[in-house]
Amino acid sequence: MLKRFLLRRMIHTLLLLLSVSGGSFLLLELAPGNFLTEAKLNPQLSPQTLAALHDRLGLDRSLPERYLYWLKSATQGDFGISFAYNMPVSVLIWPRMRSTLLLTATSLGLAWSIALPLGVWAAARKGSSLDRLLVLLTSGLLSIPELVLACGLLIVAAKTAWLRIGGLPLAVCVLAPASLPLLLRHIRAGVLTASGASYVRAARAHGISEGRLWFRHVLPAASHSLISLFGLSVAGLLSSSLLVEVVVGWPGLGPLFLEAVAARDFYIVAGVVFLSANFLAVGNLLADLLLYYGDPRIRMT
Amino acid sequence: MTIRSGTLLEARNVSKTFTRGRWYSDCGVRALDNVTLSIQSSSTLALVGSSGSGKSTLARCIAQLEKPDLGEIWFDGRSLANFTQAGFRHLRKEIQIVPQDPSASLNPRWTAAEIVSEPLRVQRWGNEKKRYVRSLELLESVGLDNRAPHQRPYQLSGGQRARLALARALALEPRLLILDESLSSLDLSLQAQIINLLIDLQATYELAYLVIAHDMTLVASMTDQVVELCKGRIVRQEFFPC
Repeated sequence: MLKRFLLRRMIHTLLLLLSVSGGSFLLLELAPGNFLTEAKLNPQLSPQTLAALHDRLGLDRSLPERYLYWLKSATQGDFGISFAYNMPVSVLIWPRMRSTLLLTATSLGLAWSIALPLGVWAAARKGSSLDRLLVLLTSGLLSIPELVLACGLLIVAAKTAWLRIGGLPLAVCVLAPASLPLLLRHIRAGVLTASGASYVRAARAHGISEGRLWFRHVLPAASHSLISLFGLSVAGLLSSSLLVEVVVGWPGLGPLFLEAVAARDFYIVAGVVFLSANFLAVGNLLADLLLYYGDPRIRMT
Repeated sequence: MTIRSGTLLEARNVSKTFTRGRWYSDCGVRALDNVTLSIQSSSTLALVGSSGSGKSTLARCIAQLEKPDLGEIWFDGRSLANFTQAGFRHLRKEIQIVPQDPSASLNPRWTAAEIVSEPLRVQRWGNEKKRYVRSLELLESVGLDNRAPHQRPYQLSGGQRARLALARALALEPRLLILDESLSSLDLSLQAQIINLLIDLQATYELAYLVIAHDMTLVASMTDQVVELCKGRIVRQEFFPC
């Protein structure tokens, strides 16, 4: 049963990765210009040199040909050569990937460790003035764009010595509050739905204590939506971290990616997109496995 | 006023109003209005009435899932309002309710045996092994076959789930069992089977039933008393001497 479930999820994941990498190649090709567009404007470079470079970078070959060649080497961990740095893409990406992972994992951990207890607490006191205050606060926080938050914190960092620009605490302080309100609202709603289930009421009729009711009935019932939410929050955080990294100066994938897009550094862009997709796919696979173990009903289908 | 001997439950002038909306738009719904009734031990009271007449609210007040605004409910000579928290938990054992939709009231993650032994665990009855043995007995007593204990609710049929919910309600050996239209989702032959089962159980456990039903035909064979509610008020009360 588990084997079939896993196999199906793996095939889904492979198809997803293929379409993401193919799509990124196609979109990059459709974008006007290539790495040599700017070099052509330089009068000091002769047409012969440019033609030689064009050949050496493999830009003369057709897109499908390049894609298949890239795919073949990507399976062996080789993501091509960066045009701008003249270095293997994997060497450039790995350290950046590590710092992005560090940032997202820390922010994720912080956001969840605040949102989970607070969401459950608010759900248990639904309708109380504190719950309403929390809802109001989250709406407020939700309406602040990450960039505004980042800029605000940059000003604080510049004026005081509390946060170092380019440091981890500053980046986490932007990312965690940005994902917090959405998490909090979803957790609260998920737990509320679960606590309204008929079998939770039935347990009350047996004289169960409130604490046991929450841990034995409500939280397991809510775990399904919470695990799915976890998978989604990883995706959301990863995409918003790319932007935030650029603003707060965190040396992650974000700045590298932005630079590569501007310079049409083809294989770096493709590599970053592909690795991010891999990261997400693995996250989703883990979430699916957790769901599989957490909910006996999924095992039936 | 003293409670007559043999009276298990008595509701006196019970009223309950649900407030809908906010402080600025006060539109309450009077679900129960001055309801007075009593149930003798090991007898059956049928509560009938159209939708929204307050039947379920009354059942929930008696099962202590809601608190009435006005009036008192007495159980076995004691007013429910006077119970301490611990006494309340003990009292839960005596009054059990089989909810409107038995299927939804079963935790989908648990097996039938776990579902039935949960009330026992909550009331700290016996140890794990004794509870398991007891749950098997209970499942057998409601006529579930020997495969059922290890199956989860979604693997059981509708009739089996209704029996499972009944077994769970019986686990604590209550003295009053409330059936809140628990049978209306079943087909006729199954309803008849379960009603026969209820009659048998009444004889063995000296159970009193509060049966909520849309139509009387279903429960006519087993009732001693019929109370009809309309918009929260009692409009008809009949006794059937048996």
